[in-house]
Amino acid sequence: MDVVLTRAFGWFALFLLTTVGVVLAEDTGFAIHLATVGAAALILGWLTLSNTDFEAVSGRILRAPADPGRYDDDPIRWGVIATVFWGIAGFLAGVFIALQLTFPQLNLEPYLNFGRLRPLHTSAVIFAFGGNALIATSFYVVQRTCRARLFAPGLARFVFWGYQLFIVLAATGYLLGITAGKEYAEPEWYVDLWLTIVWVAYAVVFIGTIVKRSEPHIYVANWFYLAFILTIAMLHIVNNLTMPVSLLGSKSYSAFAGVQDALTQWWYGHNAVGFFLTAGFLAMMYYFVPKQADRPIYSYRLSIIHFWSLIFLYIWAGPHHLHYTALPDWAQTLGMVFSVMLWMPSWGGMINGLMTLNGAWDKIRTDPIIRMMVMALAFYGMSTFEGPMLSIRSVNSLSHYTDWTIGHVHSGALGWNGMITFASIYFLVPRLWRRERLYSLRMVNWHFWLATVGIVLYAAAMWVAGIMQGLMWREYGADGYLVYAFSEVTEAMLPMYLIRAVGGLLYLAGAFLMVWNVWMTIAGRVRDEKPMHSAPYDEAADRPLVGQPAE
Amino acid sequence: MADTKKRIDEPTGTETVGHEWDGIEELNTPLPRWWLWTFYATIIWALVYTVFYPAWPGIAGYTKGLLGWSSEEELAEEMAEEAERRAPILEAIAATPIERLPEDSELLRFAQVGGESLFKNYCVQCHGTGAAGGKGYPNLNDDEWLWGGDMKAIQYTLEHGIRNPDHDETRFSMMPAFGRDGLLSEEEIADVTAHVRVISGQADPSEAAVRGAEIFGQQCAVCHGPEGAGDREQGAPNLTDAIWLYGGDTETIRQTVRNSRYGVMPRFGARLNPVEIKMLTAYVHSRGGGEDFVEVAENPETEVDERP
Repeated sequence: MDVVLTRAFGWFALFLLTTVGVVLAEDTGFAIHLATVGAAALILGWLTLSNTDFEAVSGRILRAPADPGRYDDDPIRWGVIATVFWGIAGFLAGVFIALQLTFPQLNLEPYLNFGRLRPLHTSAVIFAFGGNALIATSFYVVQRTCRARLFAPGLARFVFWGYQLFIVLAATGYLLGITAGKEYAEPEWYVDLWLTIVWVAYAVVFIGTIVKRSEPHIYVANWFYLAFILTIAMLHIVNNLTMPVSLLGSKSYSAFAGVQDALTQWWYGHNAVGFFLTAGFLAMMYYFVPKQADRPIYSYRLSIIHFWSLIFLYIWAGPHHLHYTALPDWAQTLGMVFSVMLWMPSWGGMINGLMTLNGAWDKIRTDPIIRMMVMALAFYGMSTFEGPMLSIRSVNSLSHYTDWTIGHVHSGALGWNGMITFASIYFLVPRLWRRERLYSLRMVNWHFWLATVGIVLYAAAMWVAGIMQGLMWREYGADGYLVYAFSEVTEAMLPMYLIRAVGGLLYLAGAFLMVWNVWMTIAGRVRDEKPMHSAPYDEAADRPLVGQPAE
Repeated sequence: MADTKKRIDEPTGTETVGHEWDGIEELNTPLPRWWLWTFYATIIWALVYTVFYPAWPGIAGYTKGLLGWSSEEELAEEMAEEAERRAPILEAIAATPIERLPEDSELLRFAQVGGESLFKNYCVQCHGTGAAGGKGYPNLNDDEWLWGGDMKAIQYTLEHGIRNPDHDETRFSMMPAFGRDGLLSEEEIADVTAHVRVISGQADPSEAAVRGAEIFGQQCAVCHGPEGAGDREQGAPNLTDAIWLYGGDTETIRQTVRNSRYGVMPRFGARLNPVEIKMLTAYVHSRGGGEDFVEVAENPETEVDERP
């Protein structure tokens, strides 16, 4: 009882502290954020006092067995639901800003204008959707491939909820106009500090689980998760070194200035792509593809070589975002040649994924989840070829600042990250909730086609728009004068913007099918339909090794 | 303990490595040759590239590369080359008074093309891509001019702007805010509006318009002329035609009379050089409404008006 009282007291003290903060805050945004944290503390305090059984709160669906002979899957179940939820939020925001670019009247000032919604979209899809998928799958994969339950289960729960608080603070901050002004690193100093705490906790849980593993070796998926967790920690801390104007205000200033700041930002920005969206999702690929295909990984040697070459080369590629800027030429050159060398290390992952289907290629016809994985790998291969190509100085002089970049990012994000995540979710949900199978595999197939057609429309429209835009901007007449006004270029791209929005809508429609499918699967329903193939699930084997650790 | 024995995987005929995690095994496939050689090729290409281009940082600088290339120098060279190519024609434009530009058709064409490019940078924001203007921003394609539409007048407007408070030579005039400043009552404003609607051919004569005509004669004719045909000396618009800067409907005219308007155009003499101003002038003049410049001789009795 004393413990309960002490804890409740702690929560209420935090609530009071935030209330004082709200009164003293320098700006409304900061006050609203403190109030949000205060509200969270109040709820936690109340839950502690009323001695609520957290297991009961999480409900029947989320209940995990306390049985140590089972994996600790609670945070993973929450994570899967969070992934689906934030995915829809992020895709909706994306479709809306695509429509804003097509129909500027949709800019609703000030909270829902493009400038505020754009970071909301990027953060929602990368950090909320992608981040939750990575955290959830990493907890799933690390337990299975180490045959050990999660280290520090309490901390794992803190990681999940702490990360959600980070997302809420970041997202509401954008709408309130709070921004650090750095692309993909828009949250302000206090949100950054909070994420640092959460991330260190995440690293402790993940590394702790690896340390207490019952397997002699560390599986390749875990190398990739580790590279992702450690590098993101480093990138996040360095790029967000700032000095707050006031400890009670949201504004802060970067520790770097001018071109140093730009280089730090794109060292961060490009490696967010490299270690969050590539390494992290390759980790998912390395577990879920062989599991779903029921085939061994194609090449152990390739996995070693491409892992080390990928993480060594990626970290130097950032300067290619700053071609033809104040960045010194030598740094631009290095960014470019490292990007080109990155081509094969990136493709190593694609080869290892695709060739794992050797002996099971027929499943592309019969298994819609495999189909999604193959499409994900195909888009991964396409964007990791396109990336080095765009990093070449002369190509970049055409593509930079155009919508080609947007098309490139989305063929990677929608095609690779989205598809591999959907496939992993479809793999996970029946197993996490111990269902015989998904509610409907036919709907997975529909999701696959909607998403694929959506991506093709999106990427094709942005290629055309981007190249046209680049060519129009640089069009000189015989007399040496520019031919087009900026507004004429914008006007020319309108049809492409419309096609892009339609592509996004199709992708969103596919995601809604997933929501329905996941929902019904969790509810325990099975759709009466012509069967399709999916990987078998051996519940008896899905257990940690208890009482016989390897060390 | 999870190490299974190495085995030959049947579909591929390849040996496994012998590890197993949650049922996942790994094959001992060698690296695909094409993959490895392409990887080597990119590395070699990268090294060679860094020999030719600025690349490796050191303590006191960086390797400049065998080609001695630099993006800043490349830009400077290209700009210098282009400047040199254009220099003769730009000098010719600089030496030609604006009103004599039409005499040299090649010079004029060059000036118009350059002016179009400048227009797209500096003018489209207000006057629109096609120079058709909008509410408060004149259409430059028609032959209605507030301050004059010959080369010299356009050049003056561009150079000195309209109603620039920090510049003495700027085009300046200010219509009184008749309502706001209490010069006319609401009824009088309504009457004047009715009169303007009549002279612009939008309404039939009425009693109000007759009353308005009298007010117009006292208050408005000094600038807009007794007939309302406007006066370019003061930028007073012609009120008898169908072209309206802010709108010719009753409510808009009342607004204008009540509060006046105070349209401002920046003076580009402060940001463009004289040749650029000339080119811009030539382009605006070419849009469709350009008027011939007529130099009024000092003594018409003895000299003839010159028409360039």
